Amino acid sequence: MRVLGIESSCDETGVALYDTERGLLAHALYSQVDLHALYGGVVPELASRDHVRRIAPLLREVFLQAGIDFGAVDGVAYTAGPGLMGALMVGAAVAKGLGTAWSVPSLGVHHMEAHLLAPFLEPDAPAFPFVALLVSGGHTLLVDVVGLGSYRVLGESIDDAAGEAFDKTAKLMGLGYPGGAALAQLAAEGGPGALSFPRPMLDRPGCDFSFSGLKTAALHALARARQEPSLRLADVAWAFEEAVVETLVVKSERALELAGRDRLVVAGGVGANQRLRARLRERLGARGACVHYPRIAFCTDNGAMVALVGALRLAQGERDADSGFRTRPRWSLAELQVPKGA
Amino acid sequence: MKLLALDTATEACSVALSVDGEIIERFELAPRRHTELILPMAESVLAEAGLGLRDIDLFAFGAGPGSFTGLRIAAGVVQGLALGLDRPVVPVCTLETLAEGARRRGMLKGVDIVLAAIDARMSEVYWAECRPDATGRMRKRAPARVEAAASVSVAGTGPVAGVGSGWASYADALGHASAGRVGVVDADALPRAVDMLELALSAWEQGQALPAEAAQPVYVRNHVADIPPTPDLSRLSGR
Ligand SMILES: Nc1ncnc2c1ncn2[C@@H]1O[C@H](COP(=O)(O)OP(=O)(O)OP(=O)(O)O)[C@@H](O)[C@H]1O
Repeated sequence: MRVLGIESSCDETGVALYDTERGLLAHALYSQVDLHALYGGVVPELASRDHVRRIAPLLREVFLQAGIDFGAVDGVAYTAGPGLMGALMVGAAVAKGLGTAWSVPSLGVHHMEAHLLAPFLEPDAPAFPFVALLVSGGHTLLVDVVGLGSYRVLGESIDDAAGEAFDKTAKLMGLGYPGGAALAQLAAEGGPGALSFPRPMLDRPGCDFSFSGLKTAALHALARARQEPSLRLADVAWAFEEAVVETLVVKSERALELAGRDRLVVAGGVGANQRLRARLRERLGARGACVHYPRIAFCTDNGAMVALVGALRLAQGERDADSGFRTRPRWSLAELQVPKGA
Repeated sequence: MKLLALDTATEACSVALSVDGEIIERFELAPRRHTELILPMAESVLAEAGLGLRDIDLFAFGAGPGSFTGLRIAAGVVQGLALGLDRPVVPVCTLETLAEGARRRGMLKGVDIVLAAIDARMSEVYWAECRPDATGRMRKRAPARVEAAASVSVAGTGPVAGVGSGWASYADALGHASAGRVGVVDADALPRAVDMLELALSAWEQGQALPAEAAQPVYVRNHVADIPPTPDLSRLSGR
Protein backbone atom coordinates (compact mmCIF):
# COMPACT_ATOMS: atom_id res chain seq x y z
CA MET A 1 0.00 0.00 0.00
CA ARG A 2 1.34 3.38 -1.03
CA VAL A 3 0.52 6.38 1.16
CA LEU A 4 1.08 10.12 0.94
CA GLY A 5 1.88 11.75 4.29
CA ILE A 6 1.58 15.43 5.22
CA GLU A 7 3.02 17.03 8.37
CA SER A 8 2.22 20.64 9.35
CA SER A 9 1.84 20.61 13.13
CA CYS A 10 4.34 23.35 13.93
CA ASP A 11 7.00 25.14 11.91
CA GLU A 12 7.95 22.47 9.40
CA THR A 13 6.01 21.52 6.28
CA GLY A 14 6.81 17.90 5.44
CA VAL A 15 5.48 15.70 2.66
CA ALA A 16 6.45 12.10 1.86
CA LEU A 17 5.47 8.91 0.07
CA TYR A 18 5.73 5.57 1.87
CA ASP A 19 5.07 2.11 0.48
CA THR A 20 4.41 -0.77 2.87
CA GLU A 21 6.35 -3.10 0.54
CA ARG A 22 9.11 -0.84 -0.73
CA GLY A 23 9.58 1.51 2.22
CA LEU A 24 10.13 5.25 1.92
CA LEU A 25 9.85 6.40 -1.69
CA ALA A 26 10.42 10.15 -1.32
CA HIS A 27 10.29 12.94 1.19
CA ALA A 28 10.53 16.73 1.08
CA LEU A 29 10.60 19.35 3.80
CA TYR A 30 10.38 23.08 4.12
CA SER A 31 11.56 24.44 7.47
CA GLN A 32 10.35 27.82 8.67
CA VAL A 33 13.06 28.06 11.29
CA ASP A 34 14.64 31.17 9.76
CA LEU A 35 11.30 32.95 9.62
CA HIS A 36 10.50 32.40 13.30
CA ALA A 37 14.09 33.06 14.39
CA LEU A 38 13.45 36.74 13.66
CA TYR A 39 10.65 36.73 16.20
CA GLY A 40 12.47 34.76 18.88
CA GLY A 41 9.90 31.96 18.79
CA VAL A 42 7.24 30.35 16.63
CA VAL A 43 4.49 32.81 15.67
CA PRO A 44 1.48 30.54 15.06
CA GLU A 45 -0.28 32.77 12.52
CA LEU A 46 2.88 33.15 10.45
CA ALA A 47 3.47 29.40 10.63
CA SER A 48 -0.02 28.72 9.25
CA ARG A 49 0.45 31.29 6.49
CA ASP A 50 3.67 29.65 5.43
CA HIS A 51 2.26 26.11 5.42
CA VAL A 52 -0.47 27.06 2.96
CA ARG A 53 2.17 28.55 0.62
CA ARG A 54 4.69 25.71 0.81
CA ILE A 55 2.60 22.59 0.72
CA ALA A 56 1.63 22.35 -2.97
CA PRO A 57 5.17 22.62 -4.37
CA LEU A 58 6.33 19.96 -1.88
CA LEU A 59 3.53 17.67 -3.03
CA ARG A 60 4.60 17.94 -6.64
CA GLU A 61 8.21 17.41 -5.61
CA VAL A 62 7.71 14.08 -3.83
CA PHE A 63 5.90 12.49 -6.76
CA LEU A 64 8.64 13.67 -9.11
CA GLN A 65 11.31 12.35 -6.73
CA ALA A 66 9.59 8.98 -6.49
CA GLY A 67 9.10 8.86 -10.24
CA ILE A 68 5.43 7.96 -9.98
CA ASP A 69 2.36 9.62 -11.46
CA PHE A 70 0.91 12.45 -9.43
CA GLY A 71 -1.86 10.91 -7.34
CA ALA A 72 -0.86 7.26 -7.75
CA VAL A 73 -1.44 6.43 -4.06
CA ASP A 74 -3.81 4.21 -2.08
CA GLY A 75 -4.28 6.58 0.83
CA VAL A 76 -3.50 9.98 2.35
CA ALA A 77 -2.31 10.55 5.92
CA TYR A 78 -1.93 13.86 7.72
CA THR A 79 -0.99 14.99 11.21
CA ALA A 80 -4.26 15.66 13.04
CA GLY A 81 -2.56 16.60 16.33
CA PRO A 82 -1.13 17.45 18.73
CA GLY A 83 0.23 20.79 17.56
CA LEU A 84 -0.76 24.32 16.60
CA MET A 85 -4.43 24.39 15.63
CA GLY A 86 -4.09 26.70 12.62
CA ALA A 87 -1.01 24.92 11.33
CA LEU A 88 -2.60 21.47 11.67
CA MET A 89 -5.66 22.64 9.76
CA VAL A 90 -3.66 23.51 6.65
CA GLY A 91 -2.15 20.06 6.23
CA ALA A 92 -5.45 18.40 7.09
CA ALA A 93 -7.42 20.55 4.63
CA VAL A 94 -5.08 19.86 1.72
CA ALA A 95 -4.87 16.15 2.60
CA LYS A 96 -8.65 15.77 2.78
CA GLY A 97 -9.06 17.67 -0.49
CA LEU A 98 -6.58 15.33 -2.16
CA GLY A 99 -8.04 12.17 -0.65
CA THR A 100 -11.53 13.20 -1.76
CA ALA A 101 -10.30 14.13 -5.25
CA TRP A 102 -8.50 10.82 -5.66
CA SER A 103 -11.28 8.78 -3.98
CA VAL A 104 -8.82 7.10 -1.62
CA PRO A 105 -9.15 6.71 2.17
CA SER A 106 -7.50 9.25 4.41
CA LEU A 107 -6.45 9.19 8.05
CA GLY A 108 -5.49 11.77 10.65
CA VAL A 109 -2.47 10.52 12.60
CA HIS A 110 -0.92 11.38 15.95
CA HIS A 111 2.27 13.43 15.69
CA MET A 112 3.95 11.77 18.65
CA GLU A 113 3.09 8.27 17.47
CA ALA A 114 4.78 9.23 14.21
CA HIS A 115 7.91 10.29 16.14
CA LEU A 116 7.84 7.03 18.14
CA LEU A 117 7.74 4.90 15.00
CA ALA A 118 10.18 6.99 12.93
CA PRO A 119 13.00 4.43 13.54
CA PHE A 120 11.08 2.07 11.25
CA LEU A 121 12.03 4.35 8.38
CA GLU A 122 15.59 3.07 8.75
CA PRO A 123 17.01 -0.20 7.44
CA ASP A 124 18.34 -1.17 10.89
CA ALA A 125 14.95 -0.68 12.53
CA PRO A 126 14.56 -2.02 16.06
CA ALA A 127 11.99 -4.71 16.78
CA PHE A 128 9.04 -4.16 19.12
CA PRO A 129 8.99 -3.80 22.06
CA PHE A 130 11.27 -0.92 23.01
CA VAL A 131 11.38 2.18 25.15
CA ALA A 132 11.31 5.49 23.29
CA LEU A 133 12.86 8.69 24.62
CA LEU A 134 11.21 11.54 22.79
CA VAL A 135 13.04 14.80 23.30
CA SER A 136 12.01 17.74 21.16
CA GLY A 137 11.20 21.42 21.39
CA GLY A 138 7.68 20.64 22.51
CA HIS A 139 7.92 17.26 24.24
CA THR A 140 9.93 15.18 26.67
CA LEU A 141 8.51 11.69 27.00
CA LEU A 142 9.55 8.19 27.93
CA VAL A 143 7.21 5.65 26.39
CA ASP A 144 7.05 1.88 26.50
CA VAL A 145 6.29 0.96 22.90
CA VAL A 146 4.77 -2.52 22.91
CA GLY A 147 3.53 -2.49 19.33
CA LEU A 148 1.62 -0.33 16.83
CA GLY A 149 -0.95 1.61 18.87
CA SER A 150 0.13 0.15 22.18
CA TYR A 151 1.94 2.78 24.19
CA ARG A 152 2.46 3.27 27.89
CA VAL A 153 3.76 6.68 28.91
CA LEU A 154 6.35 6.02 31.62
CA GLY A 155 7.28 9.62 32.23
CA GLU A 156 7.03 13.13 30.84
CA SER A 157 8.02 16.67 31.61
CA ILE A 158 5.83 18.39 34.13
CA ASP A 159 6.88 21.79 32.74
CA ASP A 160 9.35 22.77 29.96
CA ALA A 161 10.42 20.26 27.33
CA ALA A 162 14.15 19.49 27.11
CA GLY A 163 14.48 21.32 23.78
CA GLU A 164 12.55 24.24 25.19
CA ALA A 165 14.99 24.41 28.11
CA PHE A 166 17.89 24.42 25.63
CA ASP A 167 16.23 27.15 23.59
CA LYS A 168 15.32 29.35 26.55
CA THR A 169 18.80 29.13 28.00
CA ALA A 170 20.34 29.78 24.59
CA LYS A 171 18.17 32.88 24.29
CA LEU A 172 19.37 34.11 27.69
CA MET A 173 22.90 33.66 26.43
CA GLY A 174 22.19 35.65 23.29
CA LEU A 175 22.54 32.65 21.00
CA GLY A 176 19.41 33.35 18.96
CA TYR A 177 16.39 31.11 18.41
CA PRO A 178 16.13 28.16 18.34
CA GLY A 179 19.55 28.07 19.94
CA GLY A 180 19.73 24.49 21.25
CA ALA A 181 22.33 23.40 18.71
CA ALA A 182 24.35 26.61 19.16
CA LEU A 183 24.34 26.11 22.91
CA ALA A 184 25.59 22.54 22.47
CA GLN A 185 28.34 23.82 20.19
CA LEU A 186 29.42 26.37 22.77
CA ALA A 187 29.32 23.72 25.50
CA ALA A 188 31.83 21.65 23.55
CA GLU A 189 34.38 24.39 24.23
CA GLY A 190 33.63 24.44 27.94
CA GLY A 191 34.30 22.08 30.76
CA PRO A 192 33.48 21.21 34.35
CA GLY A 193 34.45 23.89 36.78
CA ALA A 194 33.02 25.94 39.54
CA LEU A 195 29.45 25.58 38.27
CA SER A 196 26.90 22.96 39.03
CA PHE A 197 23.31 23.04 37.84
CA PRO A 198 20.57 21.24 39.74
CA ARG A 199 19.55 17.79 38.47
CA PRO A 200 15.82 18.30 38.52
CA MET A 201 13.79 15.41 39.95
CA LEU A 202 16.66 12.94 39.93
CA ASP A 203 16.09 12.42 43.61
CA ARG A 204 12.48 11.51 43.03
CA PRO A 205 11.33 8.08 41.92
CA GLY A 206 9.67 7.60 38.54
CA CYS A 207 10.45 8.89 35.10
CA ASP A 208 8.97 12.39 35.09
CA PHE A 209 11.09 15.38 34.19
CA SER A 210 11.18 19.03 35.17
CA PHE A 211 13.40 21.44 33.30
CA SER A 212 12.01 24.87 34.07
CA GLY A 213 14.31 25.32 37.07
CA LEU A 214 17.36 25.13 34.82
CA LYS A 215 16.44 28.45 33.26
CA THR A 216 16.65 30.15 36.67
CA ALA A 217 19.93 28.40 37.39
CA ALA A 218 21.22 29.62 34.04
CA LEU A 219 20.20 33.18 34.87
CA HIS A 220 22.17 33.04 38.12
CA ALA A 221 25.16 31.49 36.41
CA LEU A 222 25.12 34.19 33.75
CA ALA A 223 24.94 36.89 36.39
CA ARG A 224 27.99 35.32 38.04
CA ALA A 225 29.81 35.11 34.74
CA ARG A 226 29.39 38.84 34.36
CA GLN A 227 31.16 39.41 37.69
CA GLU A 228 33.84 36.73 37.42
CA PRO A 229 35.87 37.00 34.23
CA SER A 230 37.32 33.52 34.85
CA LEU A 231 33.92 31.94 34.42
CA ARG A 232 33.46 31.50 30.69
CA LEU A 233 30.12 31.39 28.90
CA ALA A 234 31.23 28.06 27.47
CA ASP A 235 31.48 26.67 31.01
CA VAL A 236 27.94 27.81 31.75
CA ALA A 237 26.77 26.06 28.58
CA TRP A 238 28.72 22.93 29.54
CA ALA A 239 27.17 22.79 33.00
CA PHE A 240 23.69 23.35 31.66
CA GLU A 241 24.05 20.65 29.03
CA GLU A 242 25.52 18.27 31.56
CA ALA A 243 22.50 18.68 33.82
CA VAL A 244 20.02 18.01 31.00
CA VAL A 245 21.96 15.07 29.56
CA GLU A 246 22.52 13.38 32.90
CA THR A 247 18.85 13.74 33.78
CA LEU A 248 17.75 12.27 30.45
CA VAL A 249 20.17 9.36 30.77
CA VAL A 250 19.24 8.45 34.34
CA LYS A 251 15.52 8.56 33.57
CA SER A 252 16.03 6.48 30.42
CA GLU A 253 17.86 3.84 32.45
CA ARG A 254 15.03 3.82 34.93
CA ALA A 255 12.44 3.51 32.17
CA LEU A 256 14.22 0.52 30.60
CA GLU A 257 14.32 -1.16 33.97
CA LEU A 258 10.71 -0.38 34.77
CA ALA A 259 9.46 -1.73 31.45
CA GLY A 260 11.92 -4.61 31.35
CA ARG A 261 13.27 -3.66 27.90
CA ASP A 262 16.78 -3.69 26.47
CA ARG A 263 16.24 -1.36 23.50
CA LEU A 264 16.02 2.42 23.63
CA VAL A 265 14.94 4.52 20.66
CA VAL A 266 15.74 8.23 20.77
CA ALA A 267 13.71 10.66 18.69
CA GLY A 268 13.18 14.41 18.57
CA GLY A 269 15.54 17.29 17.80
CA VAL A 270 17.47 17.03 21.08
CA GLY A 271 18.40 13.49 19.99
CA ALA A 272 20.97 15.22 17.77
CA ASN A 273 22.92 16.21 20.89
CA GLN A 274 26.34 14.56 20.77
CA ARG A 275 26.92 14.42 24.50
CA LEU A 276 23.55 12.75 25.01
CA ARG A 277 24.44 10.19 22.35
CA ALA A 278 27.87 9.47 23.79
CA ARG A 279 26.54 9.17 27.34
CA LEU A 280 23.70 6.85 26.34
CA ARG A 281 26.05 4.62 24.36
CA GLU A 282 28.39 4.35 27.33
CA ARG A 283 25.80 3.81 30.03
CA LEU A 284 23.35 1.59 28.17
CA GLY A 285 26.22 -0.36 26.63
CA ALA A 286 27.42 -1.11 30.14
CA ARG A 287 24.10 -2.73 30.92
CA GLY A 288 23.82 -4.65 27.66
CA ALA A 289 21.10 -2.47 26.17
CA CYS A 290 21.25 -0.88 22.73
CA VAL A 291 20.26 2.55 21.44
CA HIS A 292 18.66 3.36 18.06
CA TYR A 293 18.40 6.74 16.40
CA PRO A 294 16.53 7.57 13.26
CA ARG A 295 18.68 9.80 11.00
CA ILE A 296 18.59 13.42 12.17
CA ALA A 297 16.18 14.44 9.41
CA PHE A 298 13.65 11.98 10.85
CA CYS A 299 14.37 12.90 14.48
CA THR A 300 12.87 16.34 13.88
CA ASP A 301 9.46 16.96 12.35
CA ASN A 302 9.05 15.41 8.89
CA GLY A 303 6.46 14.01 6.50
CA ALA A 304 8.07 10.57 6.23
CA MET A 305 7.05 9.48 9.73
CA VAL A 306 3.47 10.60 9.04
CA ALA A 307 3.33 8.65 5.78
CA LEU A 308 4.73 5.63 7.65
CA VAL A 309 2.21 5.65 10.49
CA GLY A 310 -0.58 6.41 8.04
CA ALA A 311 0.45 3.47 5.87
CA LEU A 312 0.68 1.07 8.84
CA ARG A 313 -2.77 2.05 10.08
CA LEU A 314 -4.49 2.42 6.72
CA ALA A 315 -3.17 -1.03 5.78
CA GLN A 316 -5.07 -2.38 8.81
CA GLY A 317 -8.25 -0.86 7.44
CA GLU A 318 -8.32 2.17 9.72
CA ARG A 319 -9.57 5.40 8.10
CA ASP A 320 -11.38 8.67 8.76
CA ALA A 321 -15.13 8.17 8.94
CA ASP A 322 -15.86 10.66 6.15
CA SER A 323 -14.46 13.66 4.28
CA GLY A 324 -15.03 15.92 7.29
CA PHE A 325 -11.98 16.42 9.46
CA ARG A 326 -11.10 17.35 13.02
CA THR A 327 -7.74 18.55 14.28
CA ARG A 328 -6.70 17.97 17.88
CA PRO A 329 -4.18 20.50 19.24
CA ARG A 330 -4.14 18.49 22.49
CA TRP A 331 -4.23 14.75 22.13
CA SER A 332 -2.75 12.29 24.58
CA LEU A 333 -0.76 9.31 23.30
CA ALA A 334 -2.58 7.20 25.85
CA GLU A 335 -5.81 7.59 23.85
CA LEU A 336 -4.37 5.73 20.87
CA GLN A 337 -5.46 2.20 20.19
CA VAL A 338 -4.23 -0.84 18.38
CA PRO A 339 -5.91 -0.87 14.94
CA LYS A 340 -8.87 -3.26 14.82
CA GLY A 341 -7.40 -5.34 12.00
CA ALA A 342 -4.10 -5.97 13.79
CA MET B 1 -19.46 24.52 -17.50
CA LYS B 2 -19.45 22.91 -14.05
CA LEU B 3 -18.24 25.10 -11.25
CA LEU B 4 -17.96 24.24 -7.56
CA ALA B 5 -17.56 27.11 -5.08
CA LEU B 6 -16.66 26.82 -1.38
CA ASP B 7 -16.61 29.43 1.34
CA THR B 8 -15.53 29.29 4.99
CA ALA B 9 -14.44 32.91 5.43
CA THR B 10 -16.81 33.73 8.29
CA GLU B 11 -18.99 31.82 10.76
CA ALA B 12 -20.98 30.68 7.72
CA CYS B 13 -20.01 27.57 5.79
CA SER B 14 -21.35 27.19 2.27
CA VAL B 15 -20.91 25.47 -1.07
CA ALA B 16 -22.59 26.06 -4.42
CA LEU B 17 -22.56 24.04 -7.60
CA SER B 18 -23.37 25.54 -10.98
CA VAL B 19 -24.00 23.11 -13.82
CA ASP B 20 -24.56 25.10 -16.99
CA GLY B 21 -26.47 27.66 -14.97
CA GLU B 22 -28.43 25.21 -12.79
CA ILE B 23 -27.55 25.95 -9.18
CA ILE B 24 -27.55 23.77 -6.07
CA GLU B 25 -26.30 25.16 -2.78
CA ARG B 26 -25.78 24.42 0.91
CA PHE B 27 -25.44 27.05 3.58
CA GLU B 28 -25.04 26.63 7.31
CA LEU B 29 -24.09 28.80 10.26
CA ALA B 30 -21.31 26.67 11.66
CA PRO B 31 -18.88 28.40 13.96
CA ARG B 32 -15.83 26.13 14.46
CA ARG B 33 -17.39 23.30 12.47
CA HIS B 34 -16.18 24.24 9.00
CA THR B 35 -13.66 21.42 8.79
CA GLU B 36 -16.34 18.87 9.58
CA LEU B 37 -18.85 20.26 7.10
CA ILE B 38 -17.19 21.72 4.04
CA LEU B 39 -16.27 18.59 2.08
CA PRO B 40 -19.40 16.62 3.06
CA MET B 41 -21.45 19.61 1.83
CA ALA B 42 -19.56 19.56 -1.47
CA GLU B 43 -20.21 15.83 -1.81
CA SER B 44 -23.87 16.35 -1.06
CA VAL B 45 -24.46 18.95 -3.81
CA LEU B 46 -22.61 16.72 -6.27
CA ALA B 47 -24.72 13.72 -5.26
CA GLU B 48 -27.88 15.76 -5.72
CA ALA B 49 -26.73 16.73 -9.22
CA GLY B 50 -25.78 13.14 -9.99
CA LEU B 51 -22.17 14.18 -10.59
CA GLY B 52 -18.76 13.18 -9.31
CA LEU B 53 -15.88 15.50 -8.43
CA ARG B 54 -14.16 14.51 -11.66
CA ASP B 55 -16.95 16.22 -13.59
CA ILE B 56 -16.05 19.61 -12.12
CA ASP B 57 -14.25 21.97 -14.54
CA LEU B 58 -13.40 24.79 -12.18
CA PHE B 59 -13.15 25.45 -8.44
CA ALA B 60 -13.79 28.77 -6.69
CA PHE B 61 -13.21 29.66 -3.05
CA GLY B 62 -13.76 32.59 -0.72
CA ALA B 63 -10.23 34.00 -0.60
CA GLY B 64 -10.84 36.78 1.91
CA PRO B 65 -10.81 38.96 3.75
CA GLY B 66 -12.26 37.03 6.67
CA SER B 67 -11.20 34.80 9.55
CA PHE B 68 -7.58 33.77 8.88
CA THR B 69 -8.17 30.15 9.82
CA GLY B 70 -11.38 30.03 7.81
CA LEU B 71 -9.65 31.38 4.71
CA ARG B 72 -7.00 28.68 5.00
CA ILE B 73 -9.58 25.93 5.35
CA ALA B 74 -11.23 26.82 2.03
CA ALA B 75 -7.89 27.53 0.33
CA GLY B 76 -6.39 24.28 1.62
CA VAL B 77 -9.35 22.12 0.67
CA VAL B 78 -9.55 23.71 -2.78
CA GLN B 79 -5.81 23.32 -3.30
CA GLY B 80 -6.21 19.62 -2.52
CA LEU B 81 -9.22 19.18 -4.81
CA ALA B 82 -7.77 21.17 -7.70
CA LEU B 83 -4.28 19.67 -7.43
CA GLY B 84 -5.76 16.20 -7.16
CA LEU B 85 -7.95 16.64 -10.24
CA ASP B 86 -5.67 19.01 -12.15
CA ARG B 87 -8.26 21.76 -12.47
CA PRO B 88 -7.92 25.56 -12.30
CA VAL B 89 -9.14 27.72 -9.42
CA VAL B 90 -10.57 31.19 -9.01
CA PRO B 91 -10.07 33.04 -5.72
CA VAL B 92 -13.14 35.22 -5.02
CA CYS B 93 -13.17 38.34 -2.87
CA THR B 94 -15.40 38.00 0.19
CA LEU B 95 -16.45 41.65 0.01
CA GLU B 96 -17.54 41.34 -3.64
CA THR B 97 -19.41 38.20 -2.63
CA LEU B 98 -21.31 40.20 -0.01
CA ALA B 99 -22.14 42.88 -2.59
CA GLU B 100 -23.36 40.21 -5.04
CA GLY B 101 -25.53 38.85 -2.26
CA ALA B 102 -27.09 42.26 -1.79
CA ARG B 103 -27.86 42.37 -5.52
CA ARG B 104 -29.33 38.86 -5.53
CA ARG B 105 -31.59 39.70 -2.59
CA GLY B 106 -32.89 42.78 -4.42
CA MET B 107 -31.34 45.31 -2.06
CA LEU B 108 -29.90 47.38 -4.87
CA LYS B 109 -33.02 48.84 -6.53
CA GLY B 110 -31.75 52.19 -7.78
CA VAL B 111 -28.51 51.79 -5.85
CA ASP B 112 -25.15 51.47 -7.59
CA ILE B 113 -22.72 51.62 -4.72
CA VAL B 114 -22.26 48.97 -2.06
CA LEU B 115 -20.03 49.59 0.91
CA ALA B 116 -19.13 46.06 2.02
CA ALA B 117 -17.49 45.91 5.43
CA ILE B 118 -16.53 42.98 7.67
CA ASP B 119 -15.63 43.46 11.31
CA ALA B 120 -11.86 42.87 11.49
CA ARG B 121 -11.67 43.17 15.31
CA MET B 122 -8.96 45.37 16.84
CA SER B 123 -11.33 48.31 16.12
CA GLU B 124 -10.96 47.93 12.37
CA VAL B 125 -13.00 46.82 9.38
CA TYR B 126 -12.10 45.09 6.14
CA TRP B 127 -13.87 47.11 3.50
CA ALA B 128 -14.31 47.79 -0.17
CA GLU B 129 -16.60 49.95 -2.24
CA CYS B 130 -18.22 47.82 -4.92
CA ARG B 131 -20.01 48.89 -8.11
CA PRO B 132 -21.42 46.95 -11.04
CA ASP B 133 -18.97 46.30 -13.88
CA ALA B 134 -19.94 46.21 -17.58
CA THR B 135 -21.65 42.85 -17.08
CA GLY B 136 -23.47 43.89 -13.94
CA ARG B 137 -21.26 41.99 -11.46
CA MET B 138 -20.37 43.83 -8.29
CA ARG B 139 -16.65 44.59 -8.30
CA LYS B 140 -14.55 46.60 -5.87
CA ARG B 141 -13.11 49.90 -7.12
CA ALA B 142 -9.82 49.42 -5.31
CA PRO B 143 -8.12 46.63 -3.35
CA ALA B 144 -9.79 45.75 -0.05
CA ARG B 145 -8.38 47.61 2.95
CA VAL B 146 -8.29 47.13 6.70
CA GLU B 147 -8.52 50.24 8.87
CA ALA B 148 -10.62 52.05 11.44
CA ALA B 149 -14.18 52.58 10.25
CA ALA B 150 -13.61 56.31 10.67
CA SER B 151 -10.99 56.19 7.90
CA VAL B 152 -13.34 54.65 5.35
CA SER B 153 -14.50 56.89 2.53
CA VAL B 154 -16.90 56.33 -0.34
CA ALA B 155 -16.44 58.21 -3.61
CA GLY B 156 -18.97 59.64 -6.04
CA THR B 157 -22.58 60.61 -5.51
CA GLY B 158 -25.78 58.63 -5.26
CA PRO B 159 -27.23 56.29 -2.69
CA VAL B 160 -25.10 53.69 -0.93
CA ALA B 161 -26.13 50.27 0.38
CA GLY B 162 -24.29 48.76 3.33
CA VAL B 163 -23.59 45.04 3.82
CA GLY B 164 -21.58 42.97 6.22
CA SER B 165 -20.79 42.61 9.90
CA GLY B 166 -18.81 45.86 9.89
CA TRP B 167 -22.18 47.62 9.76
CA ALA B 168 -23.24 45.94 12.98
CA SER B 169 -20.23 47.23 14.89
CA TYR B 170 -19.59 50.59 13.20
CA ALA B 171 -22.87 51.74 11.63
CA ASP B 172 -22.31 55.38 12.57
CA ALA B 173 -18.76 55.69 11.29
CA LEU B 174 -19.57 53.85 8.08
CA GLY B 175 -22.69 55.94 7.55
CA HIS B 176 -20.56 59.02 8.01
CA ALA B 177 -18.05 57.63 5.49
CA SER B 178 -20.85 57.53 2.95
CA ALA B 179 -21.73 61.17 3.65
CA GLY B 180 -25.28 60.45 4.68
CA ARG B 181 -26.10 58.68 1.40
CA VAL B 182 -26.80 55.34 3.05
CA GLY B 183 -30.14 53.82 2.31
CA VAL B 184 -30.59 50.15 2.95
CA VAL B 185 -28.22 48.28 5.25
CA ASP B 186 -27.90 44.55 5.91
CA ALA B 187 -25.50 44.10 8.80
CA ASP B 188 -26.37 40.41 9.22
CA ALA B 189 -25.34 39.48 5.70
CA LEU B 190 -22.71 36.76 5.44
CA PRO B 191 -20.77 35.68 2.38
CA ARG B 192 -22.41 32.77 0.61
CA ALA B 193 -20.88 30.52 -2.04
CA VAL B 194 -23.88 30.93 -4.35
CA ASP B 195 -22.94 34.60 -4.70
CA MET B 196 -19.44 33.68 -5.83
CA LEU B 197 -20.59 31.75 -8.91
CA GLU B 198 -21.04 34.61 -11.37
CA LEU B 199 -17.94 36.40 -10.13
CA ALA B 200 -15.91 33.24 -10.64
CA LEU B 201 -17.39 32.45 -14.03
CA SER B 202 -16.68 35.90 -15.38
CA ALA B 203 -13.12 35.77 -14.01
CA TRP B 204 -12.68 32.44 -15.77
CA GLU B 205 -14.12 33.81 -19.03
CA GLN B 206 -11.57 36.60 -18.82
CA GLY B 207 -8.74 34.10 -18.47
CA GLN B 208 -8.17 34.83 -14.80
CA ALA B 209 -8.35 31.25 -13.52
CA LEU B 210 -5.16 30.11 -11.76
CA PRO B 211 -3.28 26.87 -11.13
CA ALA B 212 -4.13 25.04 -7.89
CA GLU B 213 -1.11 26.24 -5.91
CA ALA B 214 -2.29 29.81 -6.44
CA ALA B 215 -5.36 29.09 -4.30
CA GLN B 216 -4.04 31.40 -1.60
CA PRO B 217 -5.87 33.45 1.01
CA VAL B 218 -6.01 37.22 0.71
CA TYR B 219 -5.66 38.23 4.35
CA VAL B 220 -5.55 42.03 3.78
CA ARG B 221 -4.25 42.37 7.35
CA ASN B 222 -0.65 41.47 6.75
CA HIS B 223 1.05 42.69 9.87
CA VAL B 224 0.45 40.01 12.49
CA ALA B 225 3.54 40.10 14.73
CA ASP B 226 6.27 42.50 15.72
CA ILE B 227 9.90 41.58 15.33
CA PRO B 228 11.53 42.14 18.74
CA PRO B 229 14.78 44.07 19.04
CA THR B 230 17.77 41.72 19.04
CA PRO B 231 19.07 40.81 22.51
CA ASP B 232 21.93 42.90 23.81
CA LEU B 233 25.00 40.69 23.89
CA SER B 234 27.44 43.38 24.96
CA ARG B 235 26.71 42.90 28.63
CA LEU B 236 27.87 39.31 28.50
CA SER B 237 31.60 38.93 28.77
CA GLY B 238 34.06 36.10 29.01
CA ARG B 239 33.57 34.44 25.68
N1 LIG C 1 22.54 19.48 19.31
C1 LIG C 1 21.47 19.81 20.02
N2 LIG C 1 21.50 19.81 21.36
C2 LIG C 1 20.40 20.14 22.08
N3 LIG C 1 19.24 20.50 21.55
C3 LIG C 1 19.15 20.52 20.22
C4 LIG C 1 20.24 20.18 19.38
N4 LIG C 1 19.84 20.28 18.09
C5 LIG C 1 18.54 20.67 18.11
N5 LIG C 1 18.11 20.82 19.39
C6 LIG C 1 16.78 21.22 19.85
O1 LIG C 1 15.78 20.37 19.31
C7 LIG C 1 14.54 21.09 19.22
C8 LIG C 1 13.92 20.90 17.85
O2 LIG C 1 13.49 19.59 17.73
P1 LIG C 1 12.16 19.15 16.96
O3 LIG C 1 12.18 19.75 15.61
O4 LIG C 1 12.09 17.68 17.11
O5 LIG C 1 11.10 19.78 17.90
P2 LIG C 1 9.85 20.72 17.67
O6 LIG C 1 9.39 20.68 16.29
O7 LIG C 1 10.23 22.02 18.24
O8 LIG C 1 8.83 20.05 18.66
P3 LIG C 1 7.70 18.93 18.53
O9 LIG C 1 8.17 17.84 17.62
O10 LIG C 1 7.58 18.49 19.93
O11 LIG C 1 6.50 19.67 18.05
C9 LIG C 1 14.86 22.54 19.49
O12 LIG C 1 14.46 22.82 20.80
C10 LIG C 1 16.38 22.58 19.34
O13 LIG C 1 17.00 23.61 20.08
